[in-house]
Amino acid sequence: MSEKKLKVLTMAEWAEEGKTPEILFWVGCAGSFDSRAQKITQSFCKILYHAGIEFGILGTEESCTGDPARRAGNEFVFQMLALQNIETLNAYQIEKIVTACPHCFNTIKNEYPALGGNYEVIHHTQLLRDLIEAGKIKVTEGNAATKLTYHDSCYMGRVNGEYEAPRQVIDSLKMDFKEMKRSRKNGLCCGAGGAQMFKEDEPGDKRVNIERIEEALGTDSEVILANCPFCITMLSDGLKAKDKQDDVMVYDLSELIVQNNSW
Amino acid sequence: MEIAQIAFIILLLITFFWSYKKYSELVRAIFLARPVEIKGPVSARLRNMFLVAFGQKKMFKRFLPALFHLFIYVAFLITQIKLIEIIIDGISGSHRILAEPLGGLYTFVVSSIEVLSVLAFVATVIFLWRRNLLKLPRFKTAEMTTWPRLDANIILWAEMVLIFGIFAYNGADTVLQSRDFPGYPDTGNLAVSSWFGPTLFGGMETSSLLMWERLGWWVHILAVFGFIVYLPYSKHLHIFFAFPNTYFAKLKPRGEMENMPEIMNEVKSMMGLTQEEEQSVDMEEIPEFGSKDIFDLDRINLLGAYSCTECGRCTAVCPAHITGKKLSPRKIVMDIRDRAEEVVAKLKSGNPEYIREDLRDKEKKLTAKNFDDGKSLFDYISPEELHACTTCNACVEACPVMIDPLEPILKMRRYEILTQSAGPSDWMPMFTSLENNGSPWQMSEARDAWKEDLEE
Repeated sequence: MSEKKLKVLTMAEWAEEGKTPEILFWVGCAGSFDSRAQKITQSFCKILYHAGIEFGILGTEESCTGDPARRAGNEFVFQMLALQNIETLNAYQIEKIVTACPHCFNTIKNEYPALGGNYEVIHHTQLLRDLIEAGKIKVTEGNAATKLTYHDSCYMGRVNGEYEAPRQVIDSLKMDFKEMKRSRKNGLCCGAGGAQMFKEDEPGDKRVNIERIEEALGTDSEVILANCPFCITMLSDGLKAKDKQDDVMVYDLSELIVQNNSW
Repeated sequence: MEIAQIAFIILLLITFFWSYKKYSELVRAIFLARPVEIKGPVSARLRNMFLVAFGQKKMFKRFLPALFHLFIYVAFLITQIKLIEIIIDGISGSHRILAEPLGGLYTFVVSSIEVLSVLAFVATVIFLWRRNLLKLPRFKTAEMTTWPRLDANIILWAEMVLIFGIFAYNGADTVLQSRDFPGYPDTGNLAVSSWFGPTLFGGMETSSLLMWERLGWWVHILAVFGFIVYLPYSKHLHIFFAFPNTYFAKLKPRGEMENMPEIMNEVKSMMGLTQEEEQSVDMEEIPEFGSKDIFDLDRINLLGAYSCTECGRCTAVCPAHITGKKLSPRKIVMDIRDRAEEVVAKLKSGNPEYIREDLRDKEKKLTAKNFDDGKSLFDYISPEELHACTTCNACVEACPVMIDPLEPILKMRRYEILTQSAGPSDWMPMFTSLENNGSPWQMSEARDAWKEDLEE
């Protein structure tokens, strides 16, 4: 691991230099503030750097996309956040956006157009797949004996129909991959969506993340992969509840690529 | 004209007028909801209808139930071809009027009906067993009260009666043909009755045969008339409504919640983003946002509710339901239909008690516009159910006829938050933080603080 600091420029800094980067990396609230998700943000930046992709972030000019507000029912707050973000994105004439959060991905891609925000939006797993296919990033094969399973996020999977990109990335890692019984279209939610992340569960028999982590543990995997910072929080909490946090790890796909490459 | 013909014609007319009245009532019920703009290409809609309703594509996620369901469905469809002849025979007093003109084709059609009826019989027995003896959890949830369970069984038993009718009618007929009884034209060798008929009816007197043949014919046609009249009261309406429902199902991306332009424009003007002339949102009469009752849903939501088969595939995959929460997407859909039926019944009663209180002096006639019975969808669906949804879209994916149970849930959440200013207390600090910090968490560090310790 090198000790050289990786510099990430904001769009404002790019503009000062009179340049426009290829792509905007939409970090999202979890990626910005959640200490676990910050590591995913950093991993993805390293990958972009090693792939030689010029990217910018909005930094302090970024706000929540409004997804949790809208799904909670608060259209006023959603519109405030979304319209502000669209103002900012349009001011920088952003055309292409990549994000590591399926909720940000969905809202910007599917909901901003009705409010006047039209961009090409891709999810980081899709970009990772493309970079691997184009040979722009080297994938160091992992330990072939390490057992993996993969949790489909609802907002990339069922909602946006992307089941293949993450699995193609996993295939390239050449590790011991096993699907959970409920996967792809039948994937079970982690329990965070629809602003559940920000409230207590309604009364019931158990939490949704416990149901999911039990299924994941049933595959006997040492690593559970996911593609969403909220899923990762939920699955990690589930592991702690089962006292398995020392035996099983939850990673974002980008983190495994960085680890295998020792970046 | 014989008495049987007169009886038939009267029954036919009753069936026709009764069902016309009931089906137009259903359409009126759906039109109580808001109109909705039908977007997207006709070709994509036809494709959905062809694949999902006609081709039952989404049923085939689970092969065996889908196959048995297909038997009953195809048997039902193909039996309707025969209905043309039955109606002509019934009115004119003829017997199998199409047998001679169609010849081999007639033998083929009736044989197909017979083979499919046998398959449908097998499927019906399995479905009765599965529904009543096998402890399938999705048939036993809270919303599956007495009527939904009875409804499911009634139709399965009616199916048995119909199949009995078909074989009594065809079986006795083949024996009568072999005895060259006058007026019984040759139907050719029928796939099942040509051996089943002689085995069961071969030893009977001709007079008994005539009785069995007529009994079978009447049972068959009465079962069909019964179906037509019964369907609008039953979950089995899906055999018709699956077609419009898949055709009108929204083609927008699943992840897109319907925009609320009135709020967008209000926020735009607050933020100084609009031209002067656009700032025309009239906030004088405080509008109601979201959905409180069926009138505030859209017609596709209501069409969906009437198309529901109560199969529970949505509920079986709902993460909230799986983990013991009160939410069941099937219940949401059934509640919408029940509420719509309640409103329709009250409107039909014309009782002036249901006129909105402040209009009672001015308006004497109860209409959908001045209707207020002091109830709403919230009397059926509790906030606890609405709050348990993770918007994971598993229910949307699961529905074999493309009903969207999620949209009404989110519309009711909108009503709760925007109009009632209620909702889970945990969400209030989230809203405040989103408004003030642009993040659901109250954070003191900078949004890009993670950059600081990033190394190559």
